[in-house]
Amino acid sequence: MNFYNEMIDADGGVRAHYQGYDEWLKATPPERIERKRAEADLAFHRVGITFAVYGEEAGKERLIPFDIIPRIIPSTEWKSMQKGLRQRVQALNMFLHDVYHDQEILKAGKIPSEQVLNNAQYRAVMQGVDLPGQIYAHIAGVDIVRAGAGEFYVLEDNLRVPSGVSYMLEDRKMMMRLFPELFAKHKVAPVQHYPDMLLEKLRAVAPKGVNDPTVVVMTPGAYNSAYFEHTFLAQQMGVELVEGRDLFVKDEVVYMRTTQGPQRVDVIYRRIDDDFMDPLAFRPDSALGVPGILKAYQAGNVTLSNAIGTGVADDKSIYPYVPDMIRFYLGEEPILNNVPTYMCRKKDDLAYVLDHLAELVVKEVHGAGGYGMLVGPASTKEQIEHFRQLLIAKPDGYIAQPTLALSNCPTFVEEGIAPRHLDLRPFVLSSGKCVNMVPGGLTRVALTKGSLVVNSSQGGGTKDTWVLED
Amino acid sequence: MLSRTADHLFWMSRYIERAENLARLLDVTWQMSLVPQSEAAANQSWNAVIALNSLEEAYAKKYDVVNGENVLRFMVSDPDNWSSIHSCLRMARENAHAVRGTVTTEMWETLNSTWLEAREQQFDQLLSAGIGEYFEWVKMRSSLSRGVTIGTLLQDKAFHFIRLGTLLERADNTARILDVKYHGLRPHEDEAATDFYQWGALLRSVSGFEVYRKVYRDVITPERVAELLILHRDMPRSLHFCLSGVVKNLELVANNQSGETQRQAGLLYSQLRYGRIEDILTDGDGLHEWLTDFMDRIYLLGDGISKDFLVPMAEAA
Repeated sequence: MNFYNEMIDADGGVRAHYQGYDEWLKATPPERIERKRAEADLAFHRVGITFAVYGEEAGKERLIPFDIIPRIIPSTEWKSMQKGLRQRVQALNMFLHDVYHDQEILKAGKIPSEQVLNNAQYRAVMQGVDLPGQIYAHIAGVDIVRAGAGEFYVLEDNLRVPSGVSYMLEDRKMMMRLFPELFAKHKVAPVQHYPDMLLEKLRAVAPKGVNDPTVVVMTPGAYNSAYFEHTFLAQQMGVELVEGRDLFVKDEVVYMRTTQGPQRVDVIYRRIDDDFMDPLAFRPDSALGVPGILKAYQAGNVTLSNAIGTGVADDKSIYPYVPDMIRFYLGEEPILNNVPTYMCRKKDDLAYVLDHLAELVVKEVHGAGGYGMLVGPASTKEQIEHFRQLLIAKPDGYIAQPTLALSNCPTFVEEGIAPRHLDLRPFVLSSGKCVNMVPGGLTRVALTKGSLVVNSSQGGGTKDTWVLED
Repeated sequence: MLSRTADHLFWMSRYIERAENLARLLDVTWQMSLVPQSEAAANQSWNAVIALNSLEEAYAKKYDVVNGENVLRFMVSDPDNWSSIHSCLRMARENAHAVRGTVTTEMWETLNSTWLEAREQQFDQLLSAGIGEYFEWVKMRSSLSRGVTIGTLLQDKAFHFIRLGTLLERADNTARILDVKYHGLRPHEDEAATDFYQWGALLRSVSGFEVYRKVYRDVITPERVAELLILHRDMPRSLHFCLSGVVKNLELVANNQSGETQRQAGLLYSQLRYGRIEDILTDGDGLHEWLTDFMDRIYLLGDGISKDFLVPMAEAA
């Protein structure tokens, strides 16, 4: 397979937007680079920018490897990607509003009703609930890859609790600290205003009539894998970081317990899944949530961000219909490509998938984090057979896609500098008609040779992402 | 501020202060044990360390005999002993971790790197390198975290709860050190030289040796040591100093249900503000009784603070 290299073109020349970096890399003594890489490791450890890995020893924290070769995006590419992201996220929010109100798109037969209404992520309790600005996904983390000859594809729209933005910000901070000279040489678009932008969005979607809303970040607690990010965002925005036990509901109003007594809360940026938000409405065994918060939410006395029930739009079984949503709601052609997807619940698709398992990527419809997936070309016969049985047993639990030839980028690895595959997660913020994002996003890189899985839980690392201004 | 946040801050500072005071207590016991004395006398002071922390039972489960090395191992680095320095540093870090959005980056980094270092320490290596060096390290890390707090944290309620934790813990610890050492140290005419070293070590354990010289410019007597550690207004580890800070910080965080706790703190403070060492040493059963009562009241104060501020309060009326 041929892979698109972000830095080097097909003739072995350095692409124009990487030339400045390439010159710097060649002129910088390897010892200095080594020293700086060690310095970065130490700094990340000391600051505690770590994540907990599920299934490993409790409380154990790992560093997400950071690579000092940035992923550089020329501004023309970014502009078109940004346009595509705005379009896509706008359509997704319109879809969510529609699904939980009049269901025009289902009536028009664009998406099979049972696909939506029987979906495990559909939340009937949201039917008819009006949200400020009709926005459901205030924060979307859209995963984009480059494949084939260089075109971009959307891999997933993460509309529930997308994480990783703190790494985007910390990677930039680290890069500027280690190599300030690079930033003097390049016009790199800044990203550090993300927390301000987020706070502005959260304040904009406060319940009606609240002029000076109290915004909080809600975390499942210190043992969550993304806890660092929760504290980081709360601190950067200057708002309280709360856990479920800090909140209570009285007369359909949410309060937090403070040293000065109860204080009303208006907007909750929650980093907890729907299922755990309210033991009275969802999982009764959840100790992370707040009893009665759904009632307060339905009454319009508090804004949850993202809304309850967004999962119905980013589910892998709904993903194939996103281009149709864009056409239906906006009357536009999609700017960003979808990856062709086989829906195993369809007989013909299943037959094709079973015949071509060794070439395809198979994903669990509700899976996330790189768990529960099969990358055909990189799997053993046993693994493929295992998945064959899974597919036959529960076809509607899976989709399959062609294995994309993900682009790669030179990366520091043990044997020196070698190409590794990567993706990009821009963070798209919405309130009312406004869709904004900081230039770039989080670049994740699969550090294992040949691996196409970039998730940090699967040994992925990150790179600073530069959008170069003209 | 969230009640839970205040709770973590309060305990974060208590644990780091506890680690420091424990290092001080172990250090002085270690130094005293180096002065020529009978084995029984030496082991008696190690026994006192265990008794002081009410750890007799937990200790007996692990060790048959009480001696310096065993007690040090138990109190310095035993992860199963929740009162060991190792555990205190871990708990300080865990509490900071839970509120790392509230504390400054420097504070978090200080407590986190202290713990990362502590986690790697091997007791046998600490012992062979000279355990005194380790105690210095603990004291320095505690000083560093206190300094970073004062130097970087906005002096809002978070700061006041941290100070409350530090001062309440210190008051308790100073009282404990004084209680255990004062009684092991009755003056004997024929052992004047030994006593000098013993009292000197006690003073040093609370960084009070030089202070004593400055304040009294005279020989060391038990009464003056007690006076310095209990009643001196400006000695940073004295009970008077600690309670004065407790009263002040309580006022700064007061809410509509904290009146009784503030009154109790004020009462205790006034005993120190207006008390006389002669009365404390001679009333009733003397110093031991007085200190026992003091520690009980410190415990009740902590309980009151917890109920008034830290435990989630009654829901909106």
